[in-house]
Amino acid sequence: MSELGIVYALLGAAVAVLLSGTGSAIGVGIAGQAASGVVTEDPGKFAKVLIIQLLPGTQGLYGLLIGFITLSKIGVLGGGLADLSVQTGLLILAACLPIGVVGLLSAIAQGKTAAAAIGIVAKKPDQFGKAMLFPAMVETYAILALLISFLAVSGIQV
Amino acid sequence: MAVLEMQRISICAMKKDRKAILEKLQSFGALEVNHVIGEDPDFVRMDTAGQKLGFEKAASSADQALEILEKYAPEKKSIFSSLEGKELIEPETEKEVQAERRELLKTAKALYDLDRERAEQLASITKLENSIESLTPWLPLDVPMKQKGTRRTAMLLGSMPGEMTMERICEVIAEKVPDAVGTDVHIVSSEQSAVYLAVVCMREDAAQVEEALRSEGFARPAQIWDDVPAYQKEELEGQIADCRQRIAQIEEEIRGYADQREKLKIVADYYRVRADKYAVLGQLPQSRRTFVISGYIPRSCAQKVAEYLAGKYECAVDIEDLKEDEEAPVILKNNPFSANMEGVVESYGLPAKGEIDPTTIMSFFYVFFFGMMLSDAAYGLIVTVVCGILVWRFPRMSAGMKKSLKLFFYCGISTVVWGVLFGGYFGNIVDIVSAKFFGRTITPPALWFVPLNEPMKLLLYSLLFGVIHLFTGLAIKGYLCIRDRKYMDFFCDVVLWFMLLIGLILMLLPSSLFASISQMEIVFPVALNTLAKVLAAAGAIGIVLMSGRSNKNPALRIALGAYDLYNITGWLSDVLSYSRLLALGLATGVIASVINQMGSMLPNNVIGVIFFIIIFLVGHSMNLAINLLGAYVHTNRLQFVEFFGKFYEGGGRPFHPFKENTKYADVKEETLS
Repeated sequence: MSELGIVYALLGAAVAVLLSGTGSAIGVGIAGQAASGVVTEDPGKFAKVLIIQLLPGTQGLYGLLIGFITLSKIGVLGGGLADLSVQTGLLILAACLPIGVVGLLSAIAQGKTAAAAIGIVAKKPDQFGKAMLFPAMVETYAILALLISFLAVSGIQV
Repeated sequence: MAVLEMQRISICAMKKDRKAILEKLQSFGALEVNHVIGEDPDFVRMDTAGQKLGFEKAASSADQALEILEKYAPEKKSIFSSLEGKELIEPETEKEVQAERRELLKTAKALYDLDRERAEQLASITKLENSIESLTPWLPLDVPMKQKGTRRTAMLLGSMPGEMTMERICEVIAEKVPDAVGTDVHIVSSEQSAVYLAVVCMREDAAQVEEALRSEGFARPAQIWDDVPAYQKEELEGQIADCRQRIAQIEEEIRGYADQREKLKIVADYYRVRADKYAVLGQLPQSRRTFVISGYIPRSCAQKVAEYLAGKYECAVDIEDLKEDEEAPVILKNNPFSANMEGVVESYGLPAKGEIDPTTIMSFFYVFFFGMMLSDAAYGLIVTVVCGILVWRFPRMSAGMKKSLKLFFYCGISTVVWGVLFGGYFGNIVDIVSAKFFGRTITPPALWFVPLNEPMKLLLYSLLFGVIHLFTGLAIKGYLCIRDRKYMDFFCDVVLWFMLLIGLILMLLPSSLFASISQMEIVFPVALNTLAKVLAAAGAIGIVLMSGRSNKNPALRIALGAYDLYNITGWLSDVLSYSRLLALGLATGVIASVINQMGSMLPNNVIGVIFFIIIFLVGHSMNLAINLLGAYVHTNRLQFVEFFGKFYEGGGRPFHPFKENTKYADVKEETLS
């Protein structure tokens, strides 16, 4: 049965990247629609709205981070697969869940907030600093999830 | 670290010096005009709205002319042009341009007229093209369209809906007008939706034939031309060609004005500055021979301005301190390093009356945290070098831009330091390159430790830095309370909280929970353990008893106190928020490693190396960009939410001096010194 361990572990890496990446794609997409609207009216605000549009993109990177660490931990990168028990495999899968799930949902929520923040920039470009902060508030929770996933993955003994 | 102290300056001078004094004040740019004199029978205000409007119009017509020039004869600009800032011109140049201002306005008007004529020509081209389109179906007709017929016959031109055929038309005529013999139907052309006919019949039958056809949808053409359609089309095409030629001519003519661009810019600024001057002039109370101007001025400039004016003109200058209830506009003044973070404070809100300027204290934390989040020596070096070069190459860039670039310059230095401490150089590029190309792995040593290997250690340090940051914020609040002699507030809102928090931290450190996280056993002497419990308990009880002290009702007071004690969860979440220092630092390093790893998977030959370099350049530029953004946003958040939340609200009004608000070029002038 020990062959399944590595499968679960790889599934963990996949979940981390899949879910958070999907979330970021949706989030950046939502913000991008709002950003395009602003740029049609005033192309001069391009740089500012682009920055805000990018904010929900970080969850995807966090997922990538966890996925990468998991891959290098279980030896998929660089050859020499680790011999994992089913229990260890499932542990790694569980460790990957926080960034996957929180990444997915927080990136979508952050995308909506970013779209609203782009509205601030459209009407009051001088309030850019504050506008940028609202999406960043959402991201806190993705960071917390990243932290737990990271500590868990690096804490599991292989 | 301060908000500049403001004073009120009031100048009373003779009207004959009005223009000179106003212009001087405008070029100093140190005074925000603000009049406190109410309605007074001896002083009247001049109505300058008309002149002001005139100047604004002149400025905007020059702006418009510049836009038109830009459209047809675009100025060559480098990609860094937005950094170059406003041009600096000699006063003589400005004088020359001023002398020609009327001609320049005529030029602007001419440009405007040319642009409008071009638009009109374009419109007439569209109209002519429409005409040609409606003429097209009639092209095969070889008689003029307005031809009504001969002496005995009449010709009817018109269209019918698409499904009509020759037989059907003849049938209709035969049916409805049986005695109209010799009616001749020609189909001139037909298309999907319509058939175009020319019907020739006897004059006396014409009305009836038309009536019959109309019942089946016959309609006369919307436009009738005098000539044979084919000739007519040629003529219309000729007209279009004329229009196009005229447009080319106009564009050429506009391009001919390109050498006036610089002068137009100067004249636009000249009118803009004058419009501002007249706006101020309209606010001045004036008597028959004198006028008064009054406003806020920073204390540091007040004496100089007063001495300068008193020495040069006949005037009375009065400088006084502001009244207690007056809310002065705010200028921040900081040391050359911290001044670069003023923009960050401004974007949150300037200090309100009675608050201190947090810039200096914040600036050190800002740079410290920023570096920790980016934490890659190579990235830091890139940021520092790029910002340094830009600031050095473009000395005349706008003040705000310069401050931002210098901010990133310092943050870059901090990033280099953290990168060296953590051993991050483009992630792990040294390991990868040495292993791939030289056959043995060289790892640059981290000066402190490698976060990826000891994440818990860095997490603890992150939280420690957070506690220091937050305690600094609380201490500033304490300082403000003492400064304002609110000793009760100082004790209840600051000292009690410090007691509670320090007590709790001291209780946590020797606990097994902390030991399991940090792998460190900390053993305190018994006395310290007792002290910790006493501090925490005293703090908690004090907060419960004292927080609701403004409330008379004892039950409510305790309830409010208990609610305030609940804020301990707020402190917990504030401290945990600093875990982003670890997370963002890891994100930079790990994603950089992913990029390097991707590069290292390529074969070890020439093509492999080329692709390695491409992946390296593209990957690291993207990683740098996105992590720079992340570090910036999250450093701001730590300052705004966690730090400012402890003591700072903002809400001050920025200082808007009466100055030469130019758009394109500044004139070199003697400054106050």
